[in-house]
Amino acid sequence: MEYILIFISAIFVNNIVLAQFLGICPFLGVSKKIGTSMGMSMAVAFVMVLATLVTWCIQTYVLIPTGLEYLQTIVFILVIASLVQMVEIILKKLSPTLYQALGIFLPLITTNCAVLGVAILVIQKDMSLLQSLVYAFSTAIGFGLALTIFAGIREQLALTNIPKGMRGMAIVLVTAGLLSLAFMGFSGVDVGLRKLMGLE
Amino acid sequence: MKKLESTLLNMVLVLTGVAVLMGFVLAYMNHFTAAPIALQKNEALQEGIKTVMASDKIVVTSIDTLHLHDAKGKDQVFIIYHNKKGAAIESTTLGFGGPLKVLIGFDTEGTILGYTILEHQETPGLGAKADQWFQQGQNGCIIGLNPADSLYVKKDGGQVDAITASTITSRAFLLAVNNAYKAYNGLNN
Amino acid sequence: MSYIQIIKNGIIKDNPTFVLMLGMCPTLATTTSALNGLSMGLATMTVLLCTNVVISCIKNITPDKVRIPVFIVIIAAFVTLLQMVIKAYLPDIDKALGLFIPLIVVNCIILGRAEAFAAKNTPLASLIDGVGIGLGFTLGLTLLGIVREILGSGSIFGWTFIPEDYNILLFVLAPGAFITLGYLIAIVNKLKK
Repeated sequence: MEYILIFISAIFVNNIVLAQFLGICPFLGVSKKIGTSMGMSMAVAFVMVLATLVTWCIQTYVLIPTGLEYLQTIVFILVIASLVQMVEIILKKLSPTLYQALGIFLPLITTNCAVLGVAILVIQKDMSLLQSLVYAFSTAIGFGLALTIFAGIREQLALTNIPKGMRGMAIVLVTAGLLSLAFMGFSGVDVGLRKLMGLE
Repeated sequence: MKKLESTLLNMVLVLTGVAVLMGFVLAYMNHFTAAPIALQKNEALQEGIKTVMASDKIVVTSIDTLHLHDAKGKDQVFIIYHNKKGAAIESTTLGFGGPLKVLIGFDTEGTILGYTILEHQETPGLGAKADQWFQQGQNGCIIGLNPADSLYVKKDGGQVDAITASTITSRAFLLAVNNAYKAYNGLNN
Repeated sequence: MSYIQIIKNGIIKDNPTFVLMLGMCPTLATTTSALNGLSMGLATMTVLLCTNVVISCIKNITPDKVRIPVFIVIIAAFVTLLQMVIKAYLPDIDKALGLFIPLIVVNCIILGRAEAFAAKNTPLASLIDGVGIGLGFTLGLTLLGIVREILGSGSIFGWTFIPEDYNILLFVLAPGAFITLGYLIAIVNKLKK
């Protein structure tokens, strides 16, 4: 039951991009076309869940017992970098078209603050392994949702007549702001759901 | 100077070397800053306790950590800092955006001397006003009240004014206060 | 390039926030107030200076194929060092910036600058470049923070001068960050012409 709450909260109420400001660079960079957005989201989802799994285990079974928590940042980012390398190699073999389409953005998943952010957040919030995985998976879906919706809007935006000064990043950001505002409408849904489920 | 060639040996050597060196630097710094970090944490707590007990000099005589189960069987943790004036109690409830951790100062009779919000994830400008709203001289002042009969917002039949447009946060806050009182009372009896 | 030009470059021509559009995550998240924006900018600049210098010093003994992991280890180490120092001596900043301090590690500016400049220039030039870009980033963040703080909290660096009733809460929240940055970029675009 609680996992449904984590799921809904991570996707709508606390959307990783629109509310927590993680993953903005790919959000602004890859969202020009719906197709690329979906491909990117799946790659990010895969890396995010796997990274959370590995980093959670390392934190729990290695870093804490040995008192080496201060190595968290270095270890986590190295794990993520390695995973991305792996995904690159796998993707090249399995789907060369997607690999081509994602181009430079694939290695950039390493610097996607959302991946490292989620890895650190689940530790900060003291989540269990299962909770962390559900959270990571839900966050990735939230990322994909925001990205795809935004790509849809941008495809339409490209066909309209925008004042010269606002062209480029300016109008993109203001639009993102409006999307973020729309998602704010979901706030409080998790509180209501919690009451409904009797988890209060 | 010519750049080092990318042979496997060189790569492994350099990467490992850099990693190990950095590791040592971090270990040293960790050791060096451990004491100041612990000091900061302690000072923050001391300051908090002084504020909620409304006194400049407070000496904590003993600390109790209480685990209670609420009506639904959920585990609640209270940390009680006993002192001559009464006790400062850390109480956590679920607010609007996340856990709401409050430190409340009670005198020996259970009257509220002061409070401070330790952690919250409430909306800025709305629920976040809880740190001021319930203080002395404000709309929802709870200082001087005794939660023997539990405090509630006006909407729920109580006497405390809820934060405008933030009923959920206000309810969560008062619940934290009530729970802390019950824990303290339970200890005394 | 003369050193003065390097600094000017970092602040204007290659301004990370308004021109390069790098480091967007902390830009939007930590600018709820002018002070927060300033703190984040300075924290990032500190890391950038250190990593630029160190990477420039070891650029000749770093084999090309392994340079990215090596850079990452160095950047992560300095971010951890910064974290420790802030936690020990500046707890208020630790509270204000929260998760975004360790996230400096994935700030594209730092890795980007290491690749584009430090790996190809002298340590002194890399230091100066770090200062320039760092200042540019800090400027961008502080400016955004000032606008959001004035519109959203009616204050500037904590000094309130607009009564609460006129505060537009939106600007301290998520949507406001996007919208404010969007319009600031539009203004910068207009000024560039």
